[in-house]
Amino acid sequence: MSDRIEVQKTYKTYVGGSFPRSESGHYYKVFDSEGDFLANACRCTRKDFRDAVLAARAAFKGWSSRTSYNKGQILYRIGEMMENRRDQFVKELGQIGFTKEEANADINASIDRLIYYAGWTDKYQQVFGSVNPVASAHFNFSILEPTGVVSVLAPENSPLLGLVSVIAPVIAGGNTCIVHASEQYPLPSISFAEVLNSSDVPGGVVNILTGIRSELVEHFSSHMDVNSILYTDKMDRETKVKIDELSSNNIKRVVKKIITDWYEADSASPYFIVDFQETKTTWHPVGF
Amino acid sequence: MSETKTKETTYKPTSPNSKLDFASLWEYSAAPESSANLEIKVKYELFIGGKFVKPSKDRYFKSVNPSSNEEVSQFAEATQKDIDKAVKAARKAFKGEWSDLNPSSRGKYIYRIARMLQERAREFAIAESIDGGKPIRESRDVDIPLAAAYFFYYAGWADKLEYAFPGKKPEPLGVCGQIIPWNFPLLMLAWKIAPALACGNTVVLKPAETTSLTAMMFAELVKDAGLPDGVVNIVTGAGQTGAEIVNHKDIDKIAFTGSTNVGKIIQKSLAGTDKKYTLELGGKGALILFEDAPIDQAVEGIINAIYFNQGHVCCAGSRLLVQENIADKVIMKLKDRLETLIVGDPLDKNTDIGAINSKEQFDRVNSYLELGVEEGAEIYQSKCSVPENGYFIRPTLFTNVSQSNRVVQEEIFGPVLTVQSFRTADEAIEKANNTPFGLAGGVWTDKGSKIFKVGSALRSGVVWANTYNKFDPTSPFGGYKESGVGREGGLHGLSAYLNLK
Repeated sequence: MSDRIEVQKTYKTYVGGSFPRSESGHYYKVFDSEGDFLANACRCTRKDFRDAVLAARAAFKGWSSRTSYNKGQILYRIGEMMENRRDQFVKELGQIGFTKEEANADINASIDRLIYYAGWTDKYQQVFGSVNPVASAHFNFSILEPTGVVSVLAPENSPLLGLVSVIAPVIAGGNTCIVHASEQYPLPSISFAEVLNSSDVPGGVVNILTGIRSELVEHFSSHMDVNSILYTDKMDRETKVKIDELSSNNIKRVVKKIITDWYEADSASPYFIVDFQETKTTWHPVGF
Repeated sequence: MSETKTKETTYKPTSPNSKLDFASLWEYSAAPESSANLEIKVKYELFIGGKFVKPSKDRYFKSVNPSSNEEVSQFAEATQKDIDKAVKAARKAFKGEWSDLNPSSRGKYIYRIARMLQERAREFAIAESIDGGKPIRESRDVDIPLAAAYFFYYAGWADKLEYAFPGKKPEPLGVCGQIIPWNFPLLMLAWKIAPALACGNTVVLKPAETTSLTAMMFAELVKDAGLPDGVVNIVTGAGQTGAEIVNHKDIDKIAFTGSTNVGKIIQKSLAGTDKKYTLELGGKGALILFEDAPIDQAVEGIINAIYFNQGHVCCAGSRLLVQENIADKVIMKLKDRLETLIVGDPLDKNTDIGAINSKEQFDRVNSYLELGVEEGAEIYQSKCSVPENGYFIRPTLFTNVSQSNRVVQEEIFGPVLTVQSFRTADEAIEKANNTPFGLAGGVWTDKGSKIFKVGSALRSGVVWANTYNKFDPTSPFGGYKESGVGREGGLHGLSAYLNLK
């Protein structure tokens, strides 16, 4: 048996519920912690990003109108599916330097985070919505609605827990997203896409691209049909300015939450959901 | 439509099928509000650190009454040095007296402002109409009472902030730079200053250059109310003055209300900084009128939605989407109602539509009127007389427009309504959402379930169902998409002025 040649996985991207390679045909090499070759990851381009935005926009209406209960069950289901694939994640995290204990802790925290947000889907509305006592004969209430399509620059140094921690609050609130995976450690993110694909998450709700961040950041920030952009890593000033400036073209909500330790209590909170919500206020006259 | 034409000969004013006709039955005598008790100074200085100070470059600009083109007063032009001085005064107050004050005392100062505004309400209303051109009925019954109500509402939050955001410890941001528009001068000032102070911040506020009068009267009120020096600073000037505020390094937060174009410029100028910002920008509100709606009520609502404040309303309902089978009838009733609107002297209590705020805006609206015609739309304007001097535009309808027309896509900010028809609810929603804006929308129907379905499909921050253009301090307001970021009003409006730790 030990003579058997292993069948290696071709790492692709995840767009609209399918696993295409980059349209460009470009790739970049991914290495393990010893510096040995692991895989050829897709080096996505603007075209791939645009395709992903189309998929995310197409999925938005359906996903945002799912009931909160249903969204909660689907997030829970992602957690269940991750449990199933524990060995795969342990292996992939091991390749990039996690000990077995560290890898398991990372996976545990990722699953727990999904369960945490699964529970919020049908609760944040009651905590953050309101009925407003206006001084006229009107009934007036404010509810939260998802902002729309979100660009997510996933944490570079936490390829699984960090990734899950930025995706979960965005989709728990009914948004759809395009995620740029950790550039150096993109493989767990594609395995996570496989989890998503088997968890009843509709295609297009989460789209995951791999590639060189400095090439992609411009497209993630400038696309006119993206409503918001999230990043959690400290950025150099030039990149920060670029993201902000390009975002102003269509008044994107720029959400900067600098988080270095994804085990920190603050890294999961309903306010993370609210960051990607719009408040809608509805008035109606009261009378006979 | 044909029915009405035949009725014209057998005209009875009380008949439901008759044309509305007030003007030929009687004439309105002038009913001007007296401005005798309003003292307008020849010149206003900057309000910095609790004192009225001369601008460093000693430059002043004039503000005119848009209904007569006569000079109202002169206002100081604040330049970089002045802004710096104002920010320093605000910083000093923030670090000192204002922060040391216990929250309930802070609240009491804000209550005091609310009360004094009520006491001086009429004077403010008259000033608003003279300087900005809005009908006295609106400034008297809407702008000023609401401004006072915002202060009264937010005053009460000052010592209750820890209850607003579960699990968080709220802290003030520091010095807030606030830039407001000319359409609701004092009301926008209240929307900005009231929550900022309640949350423990200090402010540097710039009113629009065509409507600085009530802001300077407000500065006098702040002084009389005894607020600690530097808590409220008011600096007058045009766009350059605003840019100095946006770019000042020691300001922690920018709040802007105005056009989407300027909003984008501001967001861009703040790139790379950690300043917080809220933007309340333009809109192109759709009014979706279904066949089952009570038509006459809806027509009144539409008139209010677009012609309120000359259409100088960011959330104005400027696009009517009417279900096809009632479109002719609705257009006829709208035209009919248009003829009864009185365009004229803002200080006259009969006036429905006052003066366009400035020459610049007058030209802009007129250029859109020309553009609409060029684009192939059919224009209808009421036949009322308008004063010779000043900037007046008759209420206008554009029919025969299509979704891609610029008059349908772009914010005109004037008394101009476009009318499109639709067959199905899905089509109406599609058209309503098909602009870059998302500030407000209206739904008119008698069916409750339809209100909720359509209301939730509209991508806008406010939905008025069977009503329009209603405002209240407890009610969050703000846009989706390119209509802005953040909310003003209500509990939600607090988070814009707090660090939640």
